[in-house]
Amino acid sequence: MPMEQLLELLQDNARLTTAQLAAMVGETEEAVKAAVAGYEKEGVIKGYHTLVNWEKLGAPMATALIELKVTPQKHTGFDEIAGRVMNFPEVESVYLMSGGYDLAVTVTGKTMQDIAMFVAKRLATIEGVISTATHFVLTKYKDGGVVFNSDYEEIDERGSNLID
Amino acid sequence: MDYASLVNQRLRAVKPSGIRRFFDIANEMEDVISLSVGEPDFQTPWHIREEGIASLEKGRTRYTPNRGFIALRREIGNFLTRHYGVEYDAEKEILVTVGGSEAIDLCVRSLINPGDEVIIPEPSFVCYVPITQMAGGVPVIVETRPEDGFRLTAEALEAKITEKTKLLILPFPNNPTGAVMRRPELEAIARVVERHGLLVLSDEIYAELTYGAAPHVSFASLPGMAARTILINGFSKTYSMTGWRLGYAAGPAEIIALMTKLHQFAIMSAPTTSQYAAIEALRNGDEDVADMRTQYDLRRRLIVDGLTRMGLPCFEPEGAFYVFPSIRGTGLSSQAFCEKLIYSKRVAVVPGDAFGASGEGFVRISYSYSIGHITEALERMQAFLEEL
Repeated sequence: MPMEQLLELLQDNARLTTAQLAAMVGETEEAVKAAVAGYEKEGVIKGYHTLVNWEKLGAPMATALIELKVTPQKHTGFDEIAGRVMNFPEVESVYLMSGGYDLAVTVTGKTMQDIAMFVAKRLATIEGVISTATHFVLTKYKDGGVVFNSDYEEIDERGSNLID
Repeated sequence: MDYASLVNQRLRAVKPSGIRRFFDIANEMEDVISLSVGEPDFQTPWHIREEGIASLEKGRTRYTPNRGFIALRREIGNFLTRHYGVEYDAEKEILVTVGGSEAIDLCVRSLINPGDEVIIPEPSFVCYVPITQMAGGVPVIVETRPEDGFRLTAEALEAKITEKTKLLILPFPNNPTGAVMRRPELEAIARVVERHGLLVLSDEIYAELTYGAAPHVSFASLPGMAARTILINGFSKTYSMTGWRLGYAAGPAEIIALMTKLHQFAIMSAPTTSQYAAIEALRNGDEDVADMRTQYDLRRRLIVDGLTRMGLPCFEPEGAFYVFPSIRGTGLSSQAFCEKLIYSKRVAVVPGDAFGASGEGFVRISYSYSIGHITEALERMQAFLEEL
């Protein structure tokens, strides 16, 4: 089994121990340690995160997807504006898109009001930004490959079949 | 009323499954981490479910032909050729059934006359003995041994053959041991089968869940064996479609015709919605199967490693989704081990003797569970062994 399998395993569950990973991919623990260290060094592994469902805590939290139309700059194209946008800690992700707009920006804040103000004051005013459209997230059904809405969570209803 | 004297005496005499009592305990407890079920944890791939739904939307809600849709039987034929190099005539040599279980029942009832002997390797799936008994046949158990990798050897088979022997049941890849038969062993079995003129029910329901470089070898693919073999397979394990209840049998036209006769009186036809979904599974499901196999293989390695580390000797399973470690070192019986484990650590595994007397001293552990679930269960088992 190739070492790339490690990445898939860690992507699903970053808490697996080196020993468990080694058993699954059929390598020694040393080889797994070295491979992971290598991936970290090369920037293939960008970090280890915990997927938190803040809604469940009732913590105030708002997320919005913001469409930005921008004028690409001479020489630097979209890169320079994207760079300015992503410097804000409020910004969670920035993608360059095909289609009706250019940059897709995910922004989180405590309230929708905070986000609206952030867009108006910080994003709309960047030179080269032509227009913004803000879409607030109302509920999260699935994120990072994981189902968040408990109505849709998989239930293990396999049970006591004597003949299986 | 005295029902006991009124009902079928043969059925009354059939022993209830040994797994039942244990599951009754497990069901009453809370927070049980189970490694006990024998069905896939994956949901049926969405594109397959969608075809089932689409058929309902179009109002395809009637019986199908008794043998199953011809389109489905053709796809089954293609699948068997593509994967195992066996050729069957979709018109006459394939029957679509309600799960592999129905196919096993039909096959045994179509072949066995009262007094005929049926050779059944154990440990194995729990249905072969009762079905044989209901048909008036005589089950003859042949024990497989850990030192043979739980494979059936030609010598062990030969030793059980009498002039009454009619049928050999060949349940590989095996539930509960995870053993598979490789080509040389199958060839040795085939020579015995040929010499004694036996028929073979080859239950290959786990065929697609075979790990390692060598693929599954179908018994029917060996020279001369197609004429003697009823090959049974299905969709439950391969495509994670247990609830759809769909399997099939492939074999000589005369035998399939008899099985069809029984099937049409007992069942009429297998579920229509499931048949539509199954066509999609066979046409476009190879990749899903490969993905699921990869996942099972990772879990298999994880669990074998975990059990070995905690000192439970574990024969390396090469098929299905079970490991069958020996618990003899603990000094406990299989039943006692499982009961202690569930009461003290709330982990459910199945006593090996549920799969035949030769399973005593072993437990069946299923790895059709997520990696997180398996690691938690392993931790609890380790703690259990340390406290013993």
